[in-house]
Amino acid sequence: MPGLTGKDQVLTDYANKLAVLDAPKGRSLTQDALRRLSKNKAAVISIGIVVLIILVAFIGPYFVPWRYSEVDWTAIRKPPDFDKGHYLGTDQNGRDMLARVLQGTQMSLIVAGVATIVSVTIGVIYGAVSGYFGGRVDSLMMRFVDVMYALPYILFVIILVVMFGRNPVLLFVGIGAIEWLTMARIVRGQTLSIKEKEFIEAARASGAKPFAIIMRHIVPNLSGPVVIYATLTIPEIIIAESFLSYLGLGVQEPQTSLGTLISAGAPVAEVLPWMLMGPAAVLVTLLLCLTYIGDGLRDALDPKDR
Amino acid sequence: MTDREPILKVRDLSVEFTISSGGFFGGTKILRAVKNVSFDLYQGETLGIVGESGCGKSTLSRAIIRLLPATSGEAVWLGSDIQKMNSNELLGLRKDIQMIFQDPLASLNPRMTAGDIIAEPLKIHMPNVSKAERATRVAEMMQKVGLLPNMINKYPHEFSGGQCQRIGIARALITNPKLIICDEAVSALDVSIRAQVVNLLMDLQKELGISLLFISHDIAVVRHIAQRIMVLYFGEVVEIGEAEQVTMDPHHDYTKRLIASVPVPDPKVEMERREERRRLRKTAAAAA
Repeated sequence: MPGLTGKDQVLTDYANKLAVLDAPKGRSLTQDALRRLSKNKAAVISIGIVVLIILVAFIGPYFVPWRYSEVDWTAIRKPPDFDKGHYLGTDQNGRDMLARVLQGTQMSLIVAGVATIVSVTIGVIYGAVSGYFGGRVDSLMMRFVDVMYALPYILFVIILVVMFGRNPVLLFVGIGAIEWLTMARIVRGQTLSIKEKEFIEAARASGAKPFAIIMRHIVPNLSGPVVIYATLTIPEIIIAESFLSYLGLGVQEPQTSLGTLISAGAPVAEVLPWMLMGPAAVLVTLLLCLTYIGDGLRDALDPKDR
Repeated sequence: MTDREPILKVRDLSVEFTISSGGFFGGTKILRAVKNVSFDLYQGETLGIVGESGCGKSTLSRAIIRLLPATSGEAVWLGSDIQKMNSNELLGLRKDIQMIFQDPLASLNPRMTAGDIIAEPLKIHMPNVSKAERATRVAEMMQKVGLLPNMINKYPHEFSGGQCQRIGIARALITNPKLIICDEAVSALDVSIRAQVVNLLMDLQKELGISLLFISHDIAVVRHIAQRIMVLYFGEVVEIGEAEQVTMDPHHDYTKRLIASVPVPDPKVEMERREERRRLRKTAAAAA
């Protein structure tokens, strides 16, 4: 009596539905992590602020009445003046501080972004190759990293600047060339543990080539520590750039960066406080937010390690 | 069975590891994990390899497919020595011999979907197959191992242990291999799922005519699936023969102890067997 309860009909319908149903999307680990991140208020607010700063830094200059290199001869060393459009005052040369802060933020963000991309790319590939092949290759590659570590990077940048002149590109190269060392070490350590997992052995048993294993199986599984480290690298690079600019090795006038602005504002902080306040506020906010984002990402990507 | 040519011939295979005892002045020791193992495997046959943890079962299986280097001896696959294969022949071997692993979840890349995992060997060995063709084959294979094809986009952590092992089996079968090595393939599963997976393997074997090298520490499971059983003890073959003969009439003391250790769900029988185990342990201690 199959038709008595109608169970067969229901089950058949359900089976048919399953059979024709389009395959539903799975929930990947990345999506999981993003959901956890979106529950972290500090991180979400920080992301909002950072996005806002980026947008304002890149779009803002088109709406500001003065250009960053333009000199207003009627307003030299003047506090904020809303009638003339100097919302953050002017510096000793009569240039509008708001326009200069926007341009400086832009420059710092570009340096940080490019240097981070450079260091992540080199560091991940170098570390993964070194860790995966192990043995003599590993020793050789890691000793090279040790040697590079031993070189003081200020010296490195000074040599570069002396040889090629002052150039923002050099700044990217110099900073990126130092930051990838730590990344390579972190990635190597992670690779050593990942390569012992069974799915790597499964890939080798099914004939995958070493390079394919590194790119398809090892690198995607590194994303957790790499993303966390990269977010924490950005503030480090901004500070490094500020420091180099402070020493006069960074960006060139009339272009500016947050570090240059702060170094110009610090000596006159008592008489012209507005020259320090603007850039310092942006820098502090940026660094604080990036640290919160890094923390949030760490909790989201590695929920066991809270 | 003897009149046919074996597909896999292993002769005097040994694997040694060099272990440094640590420290700058510490010397090195040589650990012989597998000692002079020889056996034949025929097409469509299941050979069970039993032994306790650390007796060299996994090392043996990895040496056969050259994931580990063998120190001496040879493994001959369809007439050619695996140790001497060039990279092209080795790729062919990797297509013919697939593996199923112990930990169902750990053997799947957590960043890939089930469909991508199953399709990977196909991408390596048949790069000319079109994307649509690949998708159909993956869907067919999923059905064959008892998974719903609409799970194709799910990630490993969304499956249960038994389902993960089915994904592993589908990945092993997709290249139409001639031999599958199951390295403790069912040990991590609970008893009911274990029976399902073992029966699935037996059905697939009957349907596709593949050979199985079934490695386990559990002689009861091996007896159920294998026609012949090989018993390993400290890297040496102590007994090899028909499953019936090895389990009913074991010659070696170690095999007897292995069989005596299988629990029976009857308290009275268990009581007698406990006596038996005690006696076996004593003779083993006296021999040592």
